[in-house]
Amino acid sequence: MATVPLAHYLALASALFAVGLAAVLVRRSALVVFMGVELMLNAANLTFLSFSRAHGAQEGHAIAFFVIAVAAAEAAIGLAIMIAVFRSRKTVNVDEVDALKY
Amino acid sequence: MTPLLGVLVSEAWVFYPLAVLTVGGALAMLLSRNPIYAAMSLVLTFFGLAGLYVLLSAELIAALQIIVYAGAIMVLFLFVVMLLNLGDADLEMPRLSVGTIVGGGSALAFWCVSWMVFQHLPEAMPATLPEGFGQVASVGRLLFTQFILPFEATSILLLAAIVGAVVVAKAKI
Repeated sequence: MATVPLAHYLALASALFAVGLAAVLVRRSALVVFMGVELMLNAANLTFLSFSRAHGAQEGHAIAFFVIAVAAAEAAIGLAIMIAVFRSRKTVNVDEVDALKY
Repeated sequence: MTPLLGVLVSEAWVFYPLAVLTVGGALAMLLSRNPIYAAMSLVLTFFGLAGLYVLLSAELIAALQIIVYAGAIMVLFLFVVMLLNLGDADLEMPRLSVGTIVGGGSALAFWCVSWMVFQHLPEAMPATLPEGFGQVASVGRLLFTQFILPFEATSILLLAAIVGAVVVAKAKI
């Protein structure tokens, strides 16, 4: 029976992380930037669960649980900030919200 | 206990289609102009990840993935997209700038370097797992014994996030 080696799971997680990183670096809409961050957190979760499976230890499942909880809190706060920014500036493009840059 | 899906069908027959689905959804999220389409592609990715978690004998986390990510978080995203009501002029046009090339290139370089590192890992997954691995009872016991302090801290974090989201998003308090 063909089983999948650990390296392929980790390569998939790293590919998802790379796509999320590209979304954060390339896209200008803050909404899609946030989706990229969520995707990177999911890639980290996949890594935790793969190593849990490879070592037969459940601690990775507990960490993945906490990552999901933190991601939920982060999404709520981030989207609230986005609504506040949109209310004052009428845009959510990250290259137009640069008051702290100068 | 043997892993759930590995005994019914070959693990590879489930893994590689799910991997293609997951990466395809992520790429569709990256490349779509409209945030609604990006969010729906990301839902597809999250469902694919939930399938992969089942394949890794993490049934509890797979259920949480669908309930919290594909359910709650993505509904919140869609809700905010509709609340902002961005017009057609607000959608970003695709453009090939120095920043785009450098960003995409560095992401690709990250993946290549990590793939080179993963080549040196030991090959095989263990054939058998402890009894009840990844199921609600054993993970719950772990959360309420060894991880009780982070678990309680998480509840305070979520409370602070609820209050903070209301304070930040509300126009007049």
